[in-house]
Amino acid sequence: MIGLWSVPLLFALPLALGILSLLVTPAWRPRLIFVGLPLLAVASFDVLARLVVEGPRIYELGGWQAPLGINLVVDGLAVGMILMTTLVASLCALYARVYLRDYPPSSSFFWPLLWLLWAGMNGIWLAEDIFNLYVGLEVMGLAAVGMVALRATPQALAAAMRYLLAALLGSLAYLLGVALLYATYGTLSMAGLHEAAAPNVTTHVALALIILGLLLKTALFPLHAWLPPAHGGALTPVSALLSALVIKASFYILMRIWLVLGPEVTPIFTAQVLGVLGAGAVFYGGWMAWRQHHLKQLVAYSTVAQIGYLFLFFPLVTGTGPEAARLAWDGTLMMLVAHALAKAALFLSAGNLILAVGSTQISHLVGISRFRPMSLFSFGLAGVSLMGLPPSGGFTGKWLLLHSAILSGQWWWLIVLFLGGLLSAAYIFKVFRMSFREGPQIDRSVTPPLTLDVTALILASAAILIGLTAHLPLFWLRLGSAFGAG
Amino acid sequence: MTWNALILFGVLATSLVASAVIFLLAESRHTTRSVFNLAAAVLKLLLVGWIVWGVYQNIDYEFRFTIIEGVDFILRADALGMMFVGLSSLLWLFTTIYAIGYLEKAPNRSRFFGFFSLCVASTVGIALAGNLFTFLLFYELLTLSTYPLVVHRGTRESLRAGQVYLYYTLGGGALLLFGVVALHVLVGDTEFVPGGVLSGLDPSLHPLLIGIFLMMIIGLGVKAALFPLHAWLPMAMVAPAPVSALLHAVAVVKAGAFGIARLVYDVYGIEFAFSLGLLGPLAVAASITIIYGSLRALAQDDLKKRLAFSTVSQVSYIILGISLFGPVGTLGGLVHLLHQGLMKITLFFCAGNYAETLGVHKISELDGAGQRMPATSVAFTLGAFGMIGIPPMAGFISKWYLGIGALEAGMNWVLGVLILSSLLNAAYFLPILYRIWFRRRERLWCEGKVLGRFETSGWLLLPTLATAAFALIAGVLAGMPFSPLYWADLIVSREYLP
Repeated sequence: MIGLWSVPLLFALPLALGILSLLVTPAWRPRLIFVGLPLLAVASFDVLARLVVEGPRIYELGGWQAPLGINLVVDGLAVGMILMTTLVASLCALYARVYLRDYPPSSSFFWPLLWLLWAGMNGIWLAEDIFNLYVGLEVMGLAAVGMVALRATPQALAAAMRYLLAALLGSLAYLLGVALLYATYGTLSMAGLHEAAAPNVTTHVALALIILGLLLKTALFPLHAWLPPAHGGALTPVSALLSALVIKASFYILMRIWLVLGPEVTPIFTAQVLGVLGAGAVFYGGWMAWRQHHLKQLVAYSTVAQIGYLFLFFPLVTGTGPEAARLAWDGTLMMLVAHALAKAALFLSAGNLILAVGSTQISHLVGISRFRPMSLFSFGLAGVSLMGLPPSGGFTGKWLLLHSAILSGQWWWLIVLFLGGLLSAAYIFKVFRMSFREGPQIDRSVTPPLTLDVTALILASAAILIGLTAHLPLFWLRLGSAFGAG
Repeated sequence: MTWNALILFGVLATSLVASAVIFLLAESRHTTRSVFNLAAAVLKLLLVGWIVWGVYQNIDYEFRFTIIEGVDFILRADALGMMFVGLSSLLWLFTTIYAIGYLEKAPNRSRFFGFFSLCVASTVGIALAGNLFTFLLFYELLTLSTYPLVVHRGTRESLRAGQVYLYYTLGGGALLLFGVVALHVLVGDTEFVPGGVLSGLDPSLHPLLIGIFLMMIIGLGVKAALFPLHAWLPMAMVAPAPVSALLHAVAVVKAGAFGIARLVYDVYGIEFAFSLGLLGPLAVAASITIIYGSLRALAQDDLKKRLAFSTVSQVSYIILGISLFGPVGTLGGLVHLLHQGLMKITLFFCAGNYAETLGVHKISELDGAGQRMPATSVAFTLGAFGMIGIPPMAGFISKWYLGIGALEAGMNWVLGVLILSSLLNAAYFLPILYRIWFRRRERLWCEGKVLGRFETSGWLLLPTLATAAFALIAGVLAGMPFSPLYWADLIVSREYLP
């Protein structure tokens, strides 16, 4: 297995850097990214290149076979998530290096937690068995809770505590489900479960536990209450990382397990319920986002809403024709990636606007379009994608989901996509409206450092561009999946 | 990628690049910005001229790449599209000149010109779109790029107008999206083909097709200000004059009317649309809008408001022409797309000149303006005569062909609508002309600012006179090659004899 060094590196390197960053002085901690980011970028692209050239494969860690060793899955979905993580987390790290200079005590703990979080996420994307998914979930979850607490204010600690309880409860439910499956089928590997799983009571109870745990971690309505205080109250780069990437990990696990168990085991009824909950999230989250006065809370509730779109995957892929299912797969992943890019951009640019006006209130943004056009422009580009307006990744994803909903004859999901788009337009334009209002004639706002604006702009532009060039990424994502490569 | 594809993409890229550069330029770099903006507008016009000549000779210009499986991004130059591109790039040049003069010393110019260019880029994209997907993409981009222009002044009133504008256009856009996706499911990537792509479908799908048509007409009718979807347009009058000119003559309402033309001719096909019985109701809707807009215009004292309701009415002539089954009616509708643009932009420029130079916004205050500003007033008079349809102005040509087209299509009642609406046009334009030319001003003009050595700033006056001249020439020389009528004739011959 010489030559595939990049696969283990993807989680070993962040882990090593996390430990290393605890050994060096706080001043040196941010500088480790100049080693870590290029190496991780090279490893990610190497994995992609191998996937494209050699096709999807199972990678046996250390050459040991499954029951003894650990299997890693290197297919299109995993590689796509890895690339997304590398891009978003790298830009957030660059942002954080500048942003956290104003928060010296938080800064020293941010870096070890970032690497730990990264290792946990890459572990999840690559894991081939449901127990290692659990390990990754815990590592990532604990790092995320630590990051929420970084601000060390009473509110931040309360939010972190709430998040911790939700995360632990979620993992516990998931672990119970895993234990049930292992006890029944004697295997933890996805391939093994795919062979063995049968529709019986035990499987359904296990599935229910797994779903419940993962919904709690993904913050799907009505289990979302922990998310807005945690994401809206954290330091800006932390909010971006959590909203863009962390909640995607638990969704990713649910998606994988759902597809592994196959249509015989996964009931259509459950799929519809998940879709209905998703619809509830779209409406409730959008409505709540529109009602917020605090800029980052608005963005956090927008995440609650956007998660809902992803859950339309289950009704659209279960018991529908192959074409509708493929479109649902494409559309959901497009939505997922576009949301990761756009939401990170939205949080970062919201952070810049807050820095500029020195207040978190939306009403204090009056007239900011004149003085800080660049921060607002990134906010706008990201907003276009979240509203699902063309040209953007959000639009392409929505198009694919609409197409799938019509093909599978489930017209009621059209209404969700229709009203959801209008609701998100309402809350995005709420911010714009304020910023276009003519206010003070003299520029009293602070200029954020250029790095902060540029990182936000890159992410926002990526959210737009991926919509126009969706063909290739969607092709890669399909490699090794049940939806074929053609 | 061939040269032709690159040239076609260049038409779009000139305004896209202009927009990006303008956004990046510092607010204080006024000269650089203006020079760059005008250079881009001229370059675009040259490229358009080149392609117009090529399309005339039946050369294919196409630019495409795959976005997702089964959906392509397509730009293609055909006769209908080039007509709209020609109009928008010509008027972009003049509106830019006008806006530079109009916004002199105003704040937020970088933002304004950036979105202005983006708005024109979307219009060109709409015109060149080779399939419904690409059309939709630019149609929504147009909404997004015009919002900052509508709310540009940042007052409570303009923000309110912007909000109403969004309610209408985003709602309409969502309906259009459904229609486009539904057609995509039925026939795959819906490329624009003369004669349409739907006539081969199973007759059991016909009720569904009628439903989709209705949904898409609502989506497009919002921008075309079709009654009762027009309320945003008069409200959007709070925007600066160049924006109104752009909204009314070049970009937004035209995008709606153009979209309806595409839908009827190149998606459904005029014969198939006729056989589904879609054209009659469309003609009725257009007729109601024509009369309603004129009646509302009569009651306005605010000059820009009156012009806005006049637009509501005039744009529906285009839709009326589209809904008349037969080559002559089509000809009248399409040629009005150009004529209305030239005439209406002149009128809005004039309204802006009066407001900027004399501080006059109300019709009742225009007494004697002809003496103070003769050149502007001549331009206004030409535009108004055109709108009424007095020969030899361009508006006459449109109405003439619409009338004959109506008779040919066997819809004689349309003739009544045309006559009534012309009378109403006269009723709301002639009193303005009377005040301008024949009434004397009682008090002195409150002239706060001297705007150059002409009656007003040259930046404001030149575009006004130029567009007025175009509106006159389009009528007088309608029989010459490459006149609007000539080009519309070319489109009709390619549309009806595919």
